[in-house]
Amino acid sequence: MIRINVNGKDHQLDIDPATPLLWVLREHLMLTGTKFGCGMARCGACTVHLDGEETRSCVTPVKDVEGRKVVTIEGLAPALGEPLKEAWTQEQVPQCGYCQPGMIMSAAALLSGNPRPNDVDIDDAMSGNLCRCGTYPRIRKAIHRAAAELPEGGQS
Amino acid sequence: MNAGYEMRRRDFLKASAALGGGLVLGFYVPARGEEPAAIREGAPPLAPNAWLRIDADGTLTVLVSKSEMGQGVYTSMPMLIAEELEADWSLIRVEAAPADPLYRNTIFGIQVTGGSTSVSSSWEQQRLVGAAMREMLIAAAAAGWGVAASECRARQGQVIHEAGGRRASYGSLAEAAAKLPVPGNIRLKDPKDFRIIGTSVARLDIPAKIDGSAGFGLDVQIPGMLVAVVARCPVFGGRLKSFDAEKARKVPGVKAVARVPSGVAVAAVDYWSALQGREALELEWEPGEGAELSSEGLYAEYEKLAQKPGVVARKQGDADRALAQAPRRIEALYRVPYLAHATMEPLNCAVRLTGGKCEIWTGTQFQGGDRIAAAKAAGLSPEQIHIHTQLLGGGFGRRANPHSDFVVEAVEVAKAVQAPVKVVWSREDDTRGGYYRPLWVSRLEGALDAEGNPLAWTHRIAGQSIIRGTAFEQAMLQNGIDGTSVEGAADLPYAIANLQVELHSPQNPVTVQWWRSVGHSHTGFVVESFLDELAAAGRRDPLELRRELLKNHPRERGVLERAAREAGWGNPIPDGRFRGLAQHKSFGSFVAQVAEISVDDRGRIRVHRVHCAVDCGRVVNPDTVRAQMESGIIFGLTAALKGEISLEKGQVRQSNFHDYPLLRLDECPEIAVFIIESSEEPTGVGEPGVPPVAAALANALFAATGARVRQLPMTPERVKAAMDAAVNPS
Repeated sequence: MIRINVNGKDHQLDIDPATPLLWVLREHLMLTGTKFGCGMARCGACTVHLDGEETRSCVTPVKDVEGRKVVTIEGLAPALGEPLKEAWTQEQVPQCGYCQPGMIMSAAALLSGNPRPNDVDIDDAMSGNLCRCGTYPRIRKAIHRAAAELPEGGQS
Repeated sequence: MNAGYEMRRRDFLKASAALGGGLVLGFYVPARGEEPAAIREGAPPLAPNAWLRIDADGTLTVLVSKSEMGQGVYTSMPMLIAEELEADWSLIRVEAAPADPLYRNTIFGIQVTGGSTSVSSSWEQQRLVGAAMREMLIAAAAAGWGVAASECRARQGQVIHEAGGRRASYGSLAEAAAKLPVPGNIRLKDPKDFRIIGTSVARLDIPAKIDGSAGFGLDVQIPGMLVAVVARCPVFGGRLKSFDAEKARKVPGVKAVARVPSGVAVAAVDYWSALQGREALELEWEPGEGAELSSEGLYAEYEKLAQKPGVVARKQGDADRALAQAPRRIEALYRVPYLAHATMEPLNCAVRLTGGKCEIWTGTQFQGGDRIAAAKAAGLSPEQIHIHTQLLGGGFGRRANPHSDFVVEAVEVAKAVQAPVKVVWSREDDTRGGYYRPLWVSRLEGALDAEGNPLAWTHRIAGQSIIRGTAFEQAMLQNGIDGTSVEGAADLPYAIANLQVELHSPQNPVTVQWWRSVGHSHTGFVVESFLDELAAAGRRDPLELRRELLKNHPRERGVLERAAREAGWGNPIPDGRFRGLAQHKSFGSFVAQVAEISVDDRGRIRVHRVHCAVDCGRVVNPDTVRAQMESGIIFGLTAALKGEISLEKGQVRQSNFHDYPLLRLDECPEIAVFIIESSEEPTGVGEPGVPPVAAALANALFAATGARVRQLPMTPERVKAAMDAAVNPS
């Protein structure tokens, strides 16, 4: 039995402990907002927060998250989630939309540690997330827009 | 644009009462050049031939026959209807239309989202749907009030009778309207009265795409469903010789292992177990005719072919004689590799077979073809196939497979494992799964007079036909020419008196397919690079030479001049930065781009800015046009700088994003898009942003270094080699 906490809820699962967290979220907890893109931490579509840290769930065995707090796009706290979603809407960021939950989770991790990122900070934080539709210019603008809505001291 | 449209009842319109007292409007517009078919008599009230449904509470549900893959059709299609309907936009909802011949694309004659045709094929059709419903709602209100319909008008979801001070919401009128005949003559609005078309309406699909609730194919869950992966032959043209599933069957969670036409399927309770099961398979493959294929070998073979005459795709004047007599002659060989679509959502398809019915859940661009192919695979009739189109995590052509490969395979797996099943492709499966943009070689020759004016242009193209062997062969492969192989080359717009374009279409077992912008994805690069070569050889400014040669092509000139002006062409530029430009027409639209780059001494290109001008006729949603240009440019930059699928012993070398990389955010330039105002018919925007950018980049690199890169991708090694060769010509 593996015990995990996702979005504040405890779950017990009878599962191969090597199963990546991504597939536990998607196929066992039905939290399908976290996406599968590559399976080797090369695209960021599967990004979640593990004890507040940006983590690629596709290469994280579920046994490694026992006793830790997992947050997915479905459970992203409104303090960061709302300004980010509002900015994403204002900038009309998504196209196909598949990479966007991962983008928003990476952006939230960036802003929680750095509420006023500059372009270089954004490049550093967001270049592990791939978007095939090419929404990058709008993501950059949306992160600046969301940051402008946050208090200087950050949200973490 | 005030023409009335005669609505012959037998042709296409049918109204009926919806469950719950609403109004459903079915509507059929025949494909171009086809006689309208009679609408099926006795269709049930909620027949799948509906485009639009008004519920009693006023909710307007638009059924969209085009697949949403990022290009914005779940917003642009409702905009067309809402404009004529005078709808309250806040009440619009979208549903994916089912697969049905009534939803055929009016340009292709089959239900498909592709060729950048969504708006152009729906422009008239969807507005007629909205206008017909508007007239029926007005008629219903007028009858209820006992006034003439001509005294009433529709506005913002209501019918209004000013004189009587009365108004009624569409929802309250739907039931009465459903009993009325569909009007025989429908007048469309004058474009000057448009309220919705031409405005940047916010996309309707965004809320679900930012909170994780949007439903993509991979998110589908069916009760009792297994998840399957398939072991496919790693060599193109090969086949399975034998396999041993004993160990695989022992993997916990694995429920079935079965041979299917494409390989061996392993079905399990979840994806991870299925993957472990596939790992445990013992497989023996017969490599077949593709065993020795390599990209290097193909380039060499195609280069030889390009030395010989091919099938003539365009001939004007006498290019051979002009070349022989010209004072100046240049020659160049261009090469571009196979490319994978690399949608962020890997391919997947879920299937449930139950007595006489086959349900399919997938993100597809090609419901029309999938329905027929799935029926054949399932041994059912097309009417027994039900496709539930999901959101597509990217399409770019891959999800409109002429053989419906990922759909047919999933049907085969469902048959073999006898359970509802979702077949999932790993990223490696997706990258190595074939159906690539073909590898191409182009050989060009150009002749100049003493003043540097081009006198002749010949272009020989060698590469696989994506149409041969598909259902499109009869319509699209004519006189030995696959039009998609030479598009953007055979229709060269430049005024050059002697012109010849020829084609060789060699065959090999590598599967190929359309890839965003199709033939233009290679011809845009080749043609616009070589034109710059002619300009340089003739000591002419690349902009000025194009302007002269395009004097009879005002729309090409229009975008070219706009992009150049916005980019400050000819003006001073920061040290170390250089500009290149290109223009290319595709899918009816005209696009010009100016790239501003720098390059370091190791051959690494940095793209700082791209200025893009587009003329796509009348614009439905300007922000969507801008988004699609940004998207096409970034997609094109990946191909220009990084994209390459290469073969060795018939196998693909690349497997995932570490060796098939995409452009990243930190490499993304600033992009500025300028839309030319136009009242011409609307044309495509999903693809036309792609073709010019690689050439704009190559031309900027030439301006920076004197180095001409004629092979994609422009990797640092290749750029460095070209820079060294430019300094020390051999």
